[in-house]
Amino acid sequence: MEGARSMIVFLVRRIIFACFAMIGATFITFGLSRAAGDPRYLYAQEGGYGLTQERWDELGRELGLDKPLVWQYTVWLANIVKGNWQDSLLDRKDVFGKIMDRLPPTLKFALTSYIFAGVIGIPLGVLSAVSRGSLWDYVGRGFALFGQALPVFWVGIMLILIFSVKLRWFPTGTLGEGFFEWKYYVLPTITLGWIAAATYLRLVRSSMLEILDSEFIKLARAKGVSYNTLIWKHGFRNALIAPLTFSSLLLTGFITGAVVTETIFAIPGLGRLAFQAINNNDFPIMVGVVLVWTALYVTMNFFTDMIYALVDPRIRYT
Amino acid sequence: MAQSVELSEELLRQIGAEKSKLGEIWGFIRRWPIIPLFLLGLLIFTGVFADLLAPHDPIIARPDNRNIPPVWETPIILNIKTTADPLAFPDPVDKPIEEAMLQYGITPTLENMATQEAVETAFKEIGYVAKVKWSSWEHILGGDNIGRDLLSRIIHGARVSLVVVTVALIFGLLIGVSMGLVAGYFGGLIDEVIMRVTDIWLGLPFILVAIVAVIAFGQTFTILIVLLGILSWTPFVRNVRGEVLSLKTRDYVSLAKVAGCSTFRILVWHILPGTINTIIVIATLRVGQLILTEAILSFLGAGIPPPTPAWGAMVNDGRPYINDAWWISFFPGVAIFLVVMSLNFLGDWLRDRLDPRLRQLN
Repeated sequence: MEGARSMIVFLVRRIIFACFAMIGATFITFGLSRAAGDPRYLYAQEGGYGLTQERWDELGRELGLDKPLVWQYTVWLANIVKGNWQDSLLDRKDVFGKIMDRLPPTLKFALTSYIFAGVIGIPLGVLSAVSRGSLWDYVGRGFALFGQALPVFWVGIMLILIFSVKLRWFPTGTLGEGFFEWKYYVLPTITLGWIAAATYLRLVRSSMLEILDSEFIKLARAKGVSYNTLIWKHGFRNALIAPLTFSSLLLTGFITGAVVTETIFAIPGLGRLAFQAINNNDFPIMVGVVLVWTALYVTMNFFTDMIYALVDPRIRYT
Repeated sequence: MAQSVELSEELLRQIGAEKSKLGEIWGFIRRWPIIPLFLLGLLIFTGVFADLLAPHDPIIARPDNRNIPPVWETPIILNIKTTADPLAFPDPVDKPIEEAMLQYGITPTLENMATQEAVETAFKEIGYVAKVKWSSWEHILGGDNIGRDLLSRIIHGARVSLVVVTVALIFGLLIGVSMGLVAGYFGGLIDEVIMRVTDIWLGLPFILVAIVAVIAFGQTFTILIVLLGILSWTPFVRNVRGEVLSLKTRDYVSLAKVAGCSTFRILVWHILPGTINTIIVIATLRVGQLILTEAILSFLGAGIPPPTPAWGAMVNDGRPYINDAWWISFFPGVAIFLVVMSLNFLGDWLRDRLDPRLRQLN
């Protein structure tokens, strides 16, 4: 009974937090886009489409430009709640449709990067902690060292130079025509996933070292538990907590990485869409992308908290 | 105790496992952050004395020096066209001088390969105009896409990075530490609000907001510093708050309260000094992140306004020429890597020394 109540309190708190996070992020973007100038200039700038005075005024009324900022934002928010994402300014298409078009490529290579980070970072972290001072330890720490200090964009450019231009192993530019052509994914995945893999590796390594040094491992060892069970069942399970909590922060790192990776590899994804929209001051798209992104972040945050509570029973919903 | 140490050293000597001189030096390097400190010292030195150290002007472009390779690269002949038709499209060659000369029937000698002029006259004698890409000690790391000396730009870029990051960090430090102090000390609603704002801030797609802000307020130094500053405060809040929660229950804080110290005085004189270690560690680890973020913003064209040299923007300059002139993008990236790596190393070392409890921090 007590558990169910605290669960509800936890959920309510989380939902309120999620709403505040999404409103905060979109309001900041909305306000900044208004500060960047009148969005109608997109049509009126030199070499633009040209507008008659009547159309200019009409558009102003449509977008509510004569009202105060907070009012404009509230109108936008009310529309979102009703499921109307408005049309983009440049090509007058539904923003939600545009975002849904661009989301799959980004999600696909973000997912492969995340898998790359987990598959490389976590085992290498365990290995380098278990055999401390060995060759594997040096390999792992070197991998983490470079991953954390090399700039993402530089890694991308150099990968293209070596593996695409010189060796001609992998194609670059877009993600191919098919649903999943793996050759196109290799370089973007490494570019985006390396830093995440490095972070996972460091976290797993340090928490593994700490746990292998703890009393309950010594007890298990004294009881004669086999080496593999000791490492993977007793040690590893507990060492996973730190990297798990980091997962939602990893996602925020991915948006930066995605904008850069998509720019370098010419991938038509969400990051590109946002970047172009910002340069056009196309605010419905800008705010829409930010909204989708913050929603992903709060959802991810929620799930990591849930998994956290499942993995570590000492932690209750707080 | 001393006896046992002597004994073990004696034992080691007997079994011939005495550490060599080289091993001792290696051990010293591993124990103290020599290499990171050296690299950071170099960064600060080049940043401060950039004007004296840079061999060339970092901003004035000399089209003759376009894409010239670094000094160790063999000079190559880019393309060749006949002098007979000045409008003819040149034939691409892309070969070292010796091979190209043999191809066009010139006997390569030491004299006609010695300088750029010699090569050009050798080709002119048989009726061709040769475009030579020459490397020289004049431009050790070569030239960039519009003919500016790469080394000079990297040296001046060090200054830019240094200034931007230092000011941004101080800015973030002031906001973050004061919010952490207030949240931890007063608790309750204030604490709740500050911590939730921090959470929301962490979820903000910063790079997008930063680009919008740059477009809104213009691409200037000040905007960049403010943006990086508001990016850097969050980890300070969380960790300083945690420290304050335990510090405020100490007896000396209660005594200070009884003695009638103002809240401000207690926060600044009694609690802040206890959090200094944490602050130093986080600041060191944070600077590396700031340098990377600044580089990303410059790379996307939302950072330091050109033509001021910034490492991130320099990598971007070289992107279209990556096939012919890899060095334009390569060296600024190496500079970023070395600085960030040094800072990460130093941060880890400081953390282990000053505050091992922060080991989970990344």
